[in-house]
Amino acid sequence: MSIGIPYIAEPRPDTGMTNGKLGIWLFLASEVMLFGGLFSAYVLLRVGAPPDQWHEGSKVLSVPIGTINTVVLITSSVTMVMAWASLKMKSFSKCRTYLIVTAVLAMLFVVIKVGWEYQPKLHHYTVWLTDGTLMHGHLGEKTDEYLMFTPDATEGDAHPEARRIDTEDIARLSNFGPAHDIYFSIYWALTGLHVLHVLGGVITILWFIGPGAALWHSCAEHYTHRIEYVGLYWHFVDLVWIFLFPVLYLL
Amino acid sequence: MTTATKHAHDMGDHETHHELGWWRTYIFSIDHKVIGIQYGITSLVFLFIGFCLMMAMRWQLAYPGESLGILSIIFGEKNIPGGVMAAEFYNQLGAMHGTIMIFLGVVPLGVGAFGNFVVPLQIGAPDMAFPKLNMMSYWVYFVGGVIMIASFFFPEGAAQSGWTSYPPLTQAAPFWGQTMWLLGMVFLITSSLLGSVNFIVTIVQLRAPGMTFFRLPFFVWAQFVTSFLLLLAFPPLEAAAVLQLMDRVAETSFFLPSGLVFSDVPQTNSGGGNPLLWQHLFWFLAHPEVYVLILPGMGIVAEIVANNTRKPLWGYKSLVYSTLFLGVMSFVVWAHHMFITGMGTTMSAFFAATTMIISIPSVVILTALLLSLWGASIRFNTPMLFALGFLPMFAIGGLTGLPLGLPASDIYLHDTYYVIGHFHYVVAPGSLFALFAGVYFWYPKASGRMLNETLGKLHFWLSFIFMNGIFLPMLFMGMAGVSRRLYDHTEYIHGQGAQQWNVLMSWSAWLLGLAQLIFIINFFMSMKAGRKIDANPWQATTLEWTAPSPPPHGNFTEPPSVYRDAYAYDPAETDGFKAQAEPG
Repeated sequence: MSIGIPYIAEPRPDTGMTNGKLGIWLFLASEVMLFGGLFSAYVLLRVGAPPDQWHEGSKVLSVPIGTINTVVLITSSVTMVMAWASLKMKSFSKCRTYLIVTAVLAMLFVVIKVGWEYQPKLHHYTVWLTDGTLMHGHLGEKTDEYLMFTPDATEGDAHPEARRIDTEDIARLSNFGPAHDIYFSIYWALTGLHVLHVLGGVITILWFIGPGAALWHSCAEHYTHRIEYVGLYWHFVDLVWIFLFPVLYLL
Repeated sequence: MTTATKHAHDMGDHETHHELGWWRTYIFSIDHKVIGIQYGITSLVFLFIGFCLMMAMRWQLAYPGESLGILSIIFGEKNIPGGVMAAEFYNQLGAMHGTIMIFLGVVPLGVGAFGNFVVPLQIGAPDMAFPKLNMMSYWVYFVGGVIMIASFFFPEGAAQSGWTSYPPLTQAAPFWGQTMWLLGMVFLITSSLLGSVNFIVTIVQLRAPGMTFFRLPFFVWAQFVTSFLLLLAFPPLEAAAVLQLMDRVAETSFFLPSGLVFSDVPQTNSGGGNPLLWQHLFWFLAHPEVYVLILPGMGIVAEIVANNTRKPLWGYKSLVYSTLFLGVMSFVVWAHHMFITGMGTTMSAFFAATTMIISIPSVVILTALLLSLWGASIRFNTPMLFALGFLPMFAIGGLTGLPLGLPASDIYLHDTYYVIGHFHYVVAPGSLFALFAGVYFWYPKASGRMLNETLGKLHFWLSFIFMNGIFLPMLFMGMAGVSRRLYDHTEYIHGQGAQQWNVLMSWSAWLLGLAQLIFIINFFMSMKAGRKIDANPWQATTLEWTAPSPPPHGNFTEPPSVYRDAYAYDPAETDGFKAQAEPG
């Protein structure tokens, strides 16, 4: 005999929910705890950090790029709702268009994040000297004895020349990756995990544009539910960014 | 069921129409019963492995520095040079014993095995709500377990910083062991999350007609609350594991303070991290985890007590409400593990107060189970013996916890053998006895045959004696001030006085190991030679005993309906009970 799991496509009368709807909400609850744990870590680390270090960190981030990405992600949330609404109006082709737009916007977010935010940070260095001073800039030639270092231009000045720093004068050298300081540690951890969530969303959306779409023709109601679940997840990913943006860029 | 079958296309019903191949039936099965049995056997194997690690450690503890050649043969000359255990290897055994027993043994057995096998049957469901997710959660758990075991084979061995993995100690440990531990944890946590979503949805959505929440067997309630604990407490540990992983591989310093020096070598990390952050995130999980370890056990004991006293459970509703309250409270007691970290008296006072409050529902549950025995003519079969053994053992475990929940007494007892004695009383003769009771109780349902009663009773009495032989002296040693993680207590004068206890404990542990062989023999022998039984050998009321033994794919021959409470035991009825699914 076939084992039919009930309440996949139609809600259970007394709970008013389908299995998937309850499942996705529970999953999101655990996600709230995951990011909640990380945000708590942020609070505890920030409280314990030296007073100036935290602001030094957030000054490096670009608020315009962050704002653009916020707009991109919010727009993608809107198109996600439109996709679901199209299914409610029985238009699969419209839904597919909206899903494609959502996926494209999501990828745009990732491209901006990686290309304009992550990449430059990996090529941007701080060198701490043994005399207690530090410089931000870019690396040139590097040997065992010395390295060539081009410090960042201060506002209004011409770009400084590359200068030679002896290895013995260097206390520490790090790019603006996770190891730079505690601010960048939490920045990379939070945004990195968020980008992974965005990519997970993209893969799921692509699945429902491609092979997963077969379900529309066999059980439209069930497919509509699934798009709703993806939407719930997608709004959550969006919401996390709504928290991340002010916390990391503005505060 | 018509609407259900209409949509069954998504369940792959075309696959279930014909016989599934061997791989799909036994290995990559999506049937909750097979997955439950997979969890059961895997976790029992892990329990045995974890116990073997401990039996090896007990040689070093009883006879420190003395040579035992066979250890070199088993664990390799590198770890046990000339039969004498290396201190680093002792630490690995200690850390991995804890990790394996908790995350690979007791939790998967209590939740993965019994939850999977019993819950859908007890609520009258054809399967779990998400069968494929269920299969995935088993395999993710399995991979996590393999990673944990594999870590022993890396050049410098497995994790060796205790099961709590406190940084910055972990940062000083060899790279691969601890890194593999963290990776393994990420897998195990993910598996638990997938499982817990599945359990909650199954319990809420797939209850049979008539199965209201207050007709659920107490075991289902226990699993329900356990799943919420797993769902909400595990993610912060996943976050913490990711952060510690970043500390190891991306050279961040989330848990590493500035100015860190290991063995006179100043560390080059950026610093600014907070070691206490790890402890907070870890214990935010690990305290609810204690209830994850014990609640399924309590559920099993409740089922068996009701069944063998032939009476309704005393105070079913107070059991349920206590369990819910316990679940909620377990999220606000975590820092009672951290009294001596110097987090301040205000914090300590808060967490001491919540800890005293959470002991109330535990006592209510235990009292209700104890009062259920009152005036009953008890059937002393093997499951009942284990369940009855659970009650005083868990009571000792619980009561010895009270001095640890108060900062003043905890300062003295913290990190001594007393703590080990306390939580082992909760988990070993507590949870594990309950889980053994469950194995003896539901084995007939899973296999269609009874386990041998004589061997079972022998297994119980020997385990009962030797477990106490191990754990009772720990309480004395702790009060004598012996520290919990020492490689050789006799290096300290106060430890030398307690050394005779170590010899007694070690012999108890080894004899306990022998006693488990009885169980293993019984387990395999009964598959072939056990007495064949019909659907309901224990004359029990709950729905799983309405299904055939073993239940077929889809569980019930007729979709069941429920007409009454879970424990309608009454001497006036035929056979002294009325099943939940019996109309009228």
